[in-house]
Amino acid sequence: MLTPQTEAELAAIVAEAEGPFRVKGGGTRPIGGATNATALTTRALTGVELYEPGALTLVVKAGTPLAEVEALLASEGQRLPFEPMDHRGVLGTTGEPTIGAVFAANVSGPRRIQAGAARDYLLGVRFVDGQGQVLRNGGRVMKNVTGYDLVKLMAGSFGTLGVLTEVALKVLPDTATTATLTLPDLEDAMAVKALSRALGSPFEVTGAAHRPSGPEGRPLTLLRLEGSEKSVAYRAAELTKVLEPFGNLQVMHDTASSAEIWRDIRDVAPFHNVDGDVWRLSVTPSDAPGVVAQIPGAKALYDWGGGLIWLLVPEGTPPEKVRAPLAATGGHATLIRGANTGVAFQPLDPTVEALQRGLRHKFDPRGVFNPGLMGHTA
Amino acid sequence: MEMPRPNPQILSQKAELIARLSKVLPADAVISDPSETRAYECDALTAYKCPPLAAVLPSSTQEVSDVLRICHDMGVPVVPRGSGTSLAGGALPTEDSVILGVARLNEVLETDYDNRFIRVQSGRTNLSVTGAVEQDGFFYAPDPSSQLACAIAGNIAMNSGGAHCLKYGVTTNNLLGVTMVLMDGTVIELGGAHLDAAGYDLLGLICGSEGQLGVVTEATLRILHKPEGARPVLMGFDSNEVAGQCVSDIIKAGVLPVAIEFMDRPCIRACEAFAKAGYPDCEALLIVEVEGSDAEIDEQLETIMQIAQSHNPVELRQSTSAEESAKIWLGRKSAFGAMGQINDYMCLDGTIPVNELPFVLKRIGEMSAEFGLDVANVFHAGDGNMHPLILFDANKPGDLERCEALGAAILKLCVEVGGCLTGEHGVGIEKRDLMVDQYAPEDLSIQMAVKDVFDPQWLLNPAKVFPLAASETHRIAAE
Repeated sequence: MLTPQTEAELAAIVAEAEGPFRVKGGGTRPIGGATNATALTTRALTGVELYEPGALTLVVKAGTPLAEVEALLASEGQRLPFEPMDHRGVLGTTGEPTIGAVFAANVSGPRRIQAGAARDYLLGVRFVDGQGQVLRNGGRVMKNVTGYDLVKLMAGSFGTLGVLTEVALKVLPDTATTATLTLPDLEDAMAVKALSRALGSPFEVTGAAHRPSGPEGRPLTLLRLEGSEKSVAYRAAELTKVLEPFGNLQVMHDTASSAEIWRDIRDVAPFHNVDGDVWRLSVTPSDAPGVVAQIPGAKALYDWGGGLIWLLVPEGTPPEKVRAPLAATGGHATLIRGANTGVAFQPLDPTVEALQRGLRHKFDPRGVFNPGLMGHTA
Repeated sequence: MEMPRPNPQILSQKAELIARLSKVLPADAVISDPSETRAYECDALTAYKCPPLAAVLPSSTQEVSDVLRICHDMGVPVVPRGSGTSLAGGALPTEDSVILGVARLNEVLETDYDNRFIRVQSGRTNLSVTGAVEQDGFFYAPDPSSQLACAIAGNIAMNSGGAHCLKYGVTTNNLLGVTMVLMDGTVIELGGAHLDAAGYDLLGLICGSEGQLGVVTEATLRILHKPEGARPVLMGFDSNEVAGQCVSDIIKAGVLPVAIEFMDRPCIRACEAFAKAGYPDCEALLIVEVEGSDAEIDEQLETIMQIAQSHNPVELRQSTSAEESAKIWLGRKSAFGAMGQINDYMCLDGTIPVNELPFVLKRIGEMSAEFGLDVANVFHAGDGNMHPLILFDANKPGDLERCEALGAAILKLCVEVGGCLTGEHGVGIEKRDLMVDQYAPEDLSIQMAVKDVFDPQWLLNPAKVFPLAASETHRIAAE
């Protein structure tokens, strides 16, 4: 494994490369599977370049451990609003997730439904392209429309366009209190309706999930409220009225227990240490229960008000079984855990695929980054 | 402002072009008479004008596709136009180009409250998107100050922001999907009503690409339920440093206002003279607005008022009624009108790191004296997006040039302190030649390489965003 110590060293390695690389941070999210390429990691590129709590901005080298970033922000009462999930549990990996890889895979958690995705908080990037050039896009200010937004393009491109070496991001204040509101025994379609009702209210729900099989083996629909103690109490009372038609809303005001509940949803805890492939589907929330019903033998966990489906299916389930129901509704499916890694990413419309291939060729003309990942074979 | 020389061959084919366009569009959708094309000679950057060869007003994605295919065949440049409110010259035509206006694409196609989105044709105005859902309590969050007139197509092209983006983000954070036509006429769909489109984030890429990658004809936008209420507080300070520190302290305290607006003394005086909003005569004025229920607003404002008090404000006034709120906002919202009454002005749009505010304002004051032109500052202080307004007299020889030179110097200052040239207006032609101050040649090359992929012949809005010298090789290679 190649572990460059500086951006310049990384750039030189890429410039002189003869064969392809498997680009990684801490290697905890090997989505799309491994190739025979030489591993190239950014984990030695660490350190905080700038942190201005009063400007809500952080600039940090890509290999900095995510845990370090989160601890630093917590020390100033701030956080990553998009709540990146930890893939180690569901993928059975070990190692230290890095901040760069969070953006390379555009990893978000339950708060994505209210606060936005990882890509929405990425303000600027430095990266090494396929020819070993160090490039820069965006900056460290929140509003920036100077030239094309390659920052968004880099987010979620899984290291196929370049190797991130530094990221600038927007952070937000942490909240004092968290409450979890639950509704018992709703079947999936009704649960998604309840979540939609809550998300369509002015009460700023920051988590909206449904477990068809909750901790007690019965369906459990969950909502999260965050804010000051007074505000959370007020909104919980208002939501109890709004959701009255869906049953008896239980309100749990304990912040620590809420943290655990939502960490489990974020990290898809019900699918840890069980057999089966795990898929991640992004759909229009109302379509979600219908999509799940069409996939035989699937166990589902709904997040994002139904818009994100985590699906546990028997090992080796053919991708078309999972993707076919999406043809009618739109949306896309990614294989997160499973052997059939060549098809992990959703096939695209041919014109869009051609644009994607064209971009990849411009950023990495020799095809040295992650060949085979994201629908492209070198 | 230098523009590429019109291609004489295209000019000579005008009759054929019009004939072909007329076959795919109704007669009233093809405008070629010089007395009528004049209406499209500029956008809101009125200092530069050039009537196009023709203007077309398609009413469907199919018609847009037909127009683009014809122009692609004939090698005619196309300049997409939303409502023409660009302050950066994004919709400025060249003599050999066709203006493609989306004004007739203004339908609401689908409204879905359960899934919190609206799908509209791209010519619909920003405010009328909210207008379509507000009776049910919803709104579309990005609110550029031209929202009464500006089109969603232009918002997407420029990734428009607004006063409330500290909380709600800008266009790119609220855009879920588009139908877009490529220059060769191919129609593609990106994203949809679901979150995080598959594949590369092409939606993020086209947002802010200034109409250079494709023409968006339909957009799926995220809508939100309106907050229960909102209330502003007005604070006056006797120094910019103290006002800047107050902004920083509010943010650090963990309160997230929806808007923090800043005005400096020249701006306060002009607005007060114009709007009689009852602003104090002081060095710096902040308007801080928070949202929620009455009790939630009270709680947030209590924290904010405490922080403000600790900075010895010369004025601290919390609104207690809708009338008072309107009055607090009145001066700020009349800033542009107030300036327009004094003189011609140029509105800049750089962004700076929030903590650099006092230094930048001091430098702008010095530069203003140096160039002999007054500058007033309004500013989205929460996110560092500045709008210095340079006053000049367009009828006075040399004033426009001096104003542009001062503008360039201020924008370079924004870049020097770690900010950028444009926060929400876009590069257009206005800031094109300053791009080399923000980006190294290789950083610009990779951006131009993106255009090579979407529009290999460089026919879509080709003379914008990149310095002509930098884009020349791409444009020539495409011919």
